[in-house]
Amino acid sequence: MDSELRVKSSVFIRRLKLAATALVLWPVTAAASPSTSIFSTLSTPAREVNGLAFFVLGITAAIFVAVSALLIYALIKFRARPEDTAEPAQVFGSMQIEISWTIIPILIVTVLFLGTARVLFSVQDAPKPASALDVTAVGHQFWWEYHYPQYNITAANELHIPVGQGATGRVTYLKLTSADVIHSFWIPQLGGKTDMLPNRVNEMWIDPAKPGLYLGQCGQFCGTQHAKMLLRVSVDTPEQFAAWVAGQQKSVAPLAVSAATSTNDAVDAPTGQKVFEQQACINCHTVSGTVANGRFGPDLTHLMSRATLAAGAMNNTPENLKGWITNPDDYKTGSLMPAMHLTGKQYAQITAYLQTLK
Amino acid sequence: MGSAAIQHGQATQEWQPSKGTIGMTCLILAESAIFTIFVVAYLFYIGRDTSGPTPKQVLEIPWFYSVCLLSSSLFIVLAEHAIEHGKMVAFRIWWLVTMTLGAIFLYGTAAEWRKLIVEDHLTISTNLFGTTYYALVGLHASHVIAGLLMMTVTAVFSLTGALKPAHARRVKTLALYWHFVDAVWIVVFTVVYWIGR
Amino acid sequence: MAETTIPIPSGAVTSERGTYLETIHSWIVTVDHKKLGIMYIVYALLFLVVAGVEALLMRIQLSAPNLHFLSPQTFNRMFTMHGTTMVFLVGMMILFGFGNYLIPLMIGARDMAFPRLNAFSFWLSAFAGLLLYFSFIGGSGLPGTGTAPDVGWFAYAPLTERAFSPGHTIDYWTVAILANGIGSIGTSINIIATVFCMRCKGMTLMRLPLLAWIYATMSFLTLLAISPLTAAQAMLMMDRYLGAHFFDTQAGGSAILWAHFFWIFGHPEVYVLVLPAFGFANEIIPVFSRKAIFGYPAMVSASVGIAFISLSVWAHHMFTIGMTSYGNAFFTLSTMLVSVPTGIKIFNWLATLWGGRIRFQTPMLFAIGFLFQFLIAGLTGIMLSVSAWDWQLHNTYFVVAHFHYVLVGAIIFMIFSALYYWYPKMTGRMLDERMGKWHFWLMVIGFHMTFDLMHIPGLLGMPRWIYTYGADRGWGTLNMLVSIGGFVQGIAILIFVFNMVWSYFKGPHAGPDPWDAWTLEWSTASPPPSYNFSAEPVVASRRPLWDLKHPEDPDSAFD
Repeated sequence: MDSELRVKSSVFIRRLKLAATALVLWPVTAAASPSTSIFSTLSTPAREVNGLAFFVLGITAAIFVAVSALLIYALIKFRARPEDTAEPAQVFGSMQIEISWTIIPILIVTVLFLGTARVLFSVQDAPKPASALDVTAVGHQFWWEYHYPQYNITAANELHIPVGQGATGRVTYLKLTSADVIHSFWIPQLGGKTDMLPNRVNEMWIDPAKPGLYLGQCGQFCGTQHAKMLLRVSVDTPEQFAAWVAGQQKSVAPLAVSAATSTNDAVDAPTGQKVFEQQACINCHTVSGTVANGRFGPDLTHLMSRATLAAGAMNNTPENLKGWITNPDDYKTGSLMPAMHLTGKQYAQITAYLQTLK
Repeated sequence: MGSAAIQHGQATQEWQPSKGTIGMTCLILAESAIFTIFVVAYLFYIGRDTSGPTPKQVLEIPWFYSVCLLSSSLFIVLAEHAIEHGKMVAFRIWWLVTMTLGAIFLYGTAAEWRKLIVEDHLTISTNLFGTTYYALVGLHASHVIAGLLMMTVTAVFSLTGALKPAHARRVKTLALYWHFVDAVWIVVFTVVYWIGR
Repeated sequence: MAETTIPIPSGAVTSERGTYLETIHSWIVTVDHKKLGIMYIVYALLFLVVAGVEALLMRIQLSAPNLHFLSPQTFNRMFTMHGTTMVFLVGMMILFGFGNYLIPLMIGARDMAFPRLNAFSFWLSAFAGLLLYFSFIGGSGLPGTGTAPDVGWFAYAPLTERAFSPGHTIDYWTVAILANGIGSIGTSINIIATVFCMRCKGMTLMRLPLLAWIYATMSFLTLLAISPLTAAQAMLMMDRYLGAHFFDTQAGGSAILWAHFFWIFGHPEVYVLVLPAFGFANEIIPVFSRKAIFGYPAMVSASVGIAFISLSVWAHHMFTIGMTSYGNAFFTLSTMLVSVPTGIKIFNWLATLWGGRIRFQTPMLFAIGFLFQFLIAGLTGIMLSVSAWDWQLHNTYFVVAHFHYVLVGAIIFMIFSALYYWYPKMTGRMLDERMGKWHFWLMVIGFHMTFDLMHIPGLLGMPRWIYTYGADRGWGTLNMLVSIGGFVQGIAILIFVFNMVWSYFKGPHAGPDPWDAWTLEWSTASPPPSYNFSAEPVVASRRPLWDLKHPEDPDSAFD
């Protein structure tokens, strides 16, 4: 009896969810891919929250229907008619009615609160499995820094994590903080957002169900380019993740020196490296194994392993890269990377060098 | 020509409180909320400094000056009593005593700050303790100054004879403010010189 | 009991018209609560148009992906100024204006308790608003270095610290709002003292018009809510100019402290804004239903209860900031509890309508819009109070839609209702009903087009405070429709502004009591003489004019 009821109600809930999702997604003409809808849940925290959401939506919808129906009825039934001359009977109150519409809301609040508390504790206080992947995410104006302490990797802007569910899944535990102002880490398909505050470490966890690309963006106003502080999370299969880790851990090979390097004439990677190391770039950026060890801007050691530049502002193509370093304001006005006012040749040389940072 | 009949229902006026008392109480409520925020900030930051002087190192408990300020509340009560009973000379005396005690307290704060700044090198920008200490004690001191200014005006009116026993209620309103300033000092004293040290 | 009949002049009280200069002078130096009230209201309506234009500029920028209509810097200034203006220079000002105008009239008093404090508070708040807008002239340059503030109306630290916002933008915001807040505290003190100390004979507290109760409650809340903001702003100025470290995270300060202080102000503040809307509803719905308000004592307790509970819910704006699960649970519960007294109020309004003879003139149309829209706003508020779900909804357009539902759908609608209801009292003329209906229906269409649809991008992942978005997000069509709705509302408001100006000169004369209402302000001329009442009224019930009009069935028999 119990299980029959449970099956029926879960089928009903699934249908309700389908209807609600369809209703919600109907106005979307261009299908967002990947989705950032909070109803498209691909991780346990997101899924649990979603279940709670539909529970609450059901109760509030019922309240809305009931109260509006009474309101509409009253407005129609008790409208003044031309033949009305006398005032209606004056009613000042009713103890029974007023008590009942105090008690019933209290009961509804109790139910809603208990439902919320259950999910709240289950998500926020979930015990951390021993196999969890640790990632420290640091928010910057206007980019993301990632550290993997278990692998000694520093990356920027594009997060790679393994699938979280299934036999070979590894849950990802994120520690979140900020280097400057308040930011917020949010990938709707994977979970709710958690703020990143300077001088404070917050924690959250996600266990993506499937490999693929997941999108999000900064959820707390952080300055001029808050809008273009986009998040890209690549959920990898265990093999893909291991390959990515290995790639990130590889040190940058020293470039073969060409004859023209000493004159800074050739537009090639080794000359580009020399030019790069002579500019202020190295004060903000790190390329491990070289003199560049700045921490203010993203780590560039494996720049070419990323699909986008400047936290999702544009695709990672040679033209975009050159344009970006020539004048960041063209792409992301207000970003904190200054235009260095170099010559066009120097920019070409540096771009050639950066192209080697795989 | 319209007309409306006003009933002689209950012709007796309901008792209503004095607007001076209510107004000052409301101001005290708002000011208490402001002080509460500064106190919360002070408590929040206790022990969080990694450098600079700590309370224990540099704060000396200002017993004498606190006694002066708190006792001034008693003297202002005497002044209120005097004006209510028409004893204007007594009022002037108690009023001036109150002001003097308040001024001594301010001197004490100034002396303490001089020591902290010049000898201990503690300023508002030194560390979190410096920030919260000067902000909280300074906010209180500014309220003492405002009170003394109001009391000076009253004293001037009293000395020129413009202040009459009929003004007792207004003096009581100002005295209420002064009691508030003293009560805040009890809180600040507890938080800064006891809990925080 | 002997009855005295006191003649009331039916037309406007004529006085000798001075020169233009004398008229302006009389308004500048006035301490008359009615003149100050009208100045508050006119000031607020001017800024309503200004902030409305700021909103429409933003809506143009967001109507399609990747537009370049506004630069990111300008857009960030727009949402900061729009929010700050609407809350402080429109909301607070217009509501204090109504309170100023109506309370002495409703309690049978001659003026507010402290007329000079009244004038001081108005002029301080008004000049503070001008200071805020002077920031636009303060010079343009690098973002954050000398033009309008661009950090959001909540101005989170440490973005507002010197390190991240050099120049003077933040200073304009901080000092202007601090001064505006002091004006609010002054008016709140005045309202409380007036309500408790200046009632006419026979007006016990339980015979006080509900609007007066609500304003006393709202003023009490203002005293407790604005002060934390004042304190936090003082701390911010100390950080910026004296080298203090309250919110300076680079020196050990705390960003979360600002968030707590701001929301300890910010949440009660929205109740300060909505309570007077409830007050208007409490006066208008009964008159247009032809029935006394249902459950007066419950309405009083519910209003006071809402004020008290609202002091304990602030961190529901901070569910994602990293509080413990226990902290999140506490604030979920306290926020949900607010819905109990709020629900009681909605039910009481419903019960007032029930069995009445409802008249659908413009004030009532707006009040009905308020009832439906406030119901929905409350329900989306419940959704947001579910902390776990809020982790998804927080800082998205779902929240923007929710709070605009309250601010526009409930509060602005009731303000329109109040303006249509009391304009005859203030000016002696009726507002045009036909234009009123156009105003109402265009507002309903525009409002729902904008704010119903606005929930959806939030659910689809669109965050707040973004000056643009990618074409692949799927938010474009919805945003376009939302923007169009904004322009429809703009047209509605233009009609309303025209109505107010046109009716002032051409509207039919109103007489003292055009709506057949029951509270004391309707027993004096429209507009009232400077002294309000020619003799101090004496009341025996909550509805003194009902008693006069219905001597066979007076409320005083039940009191």
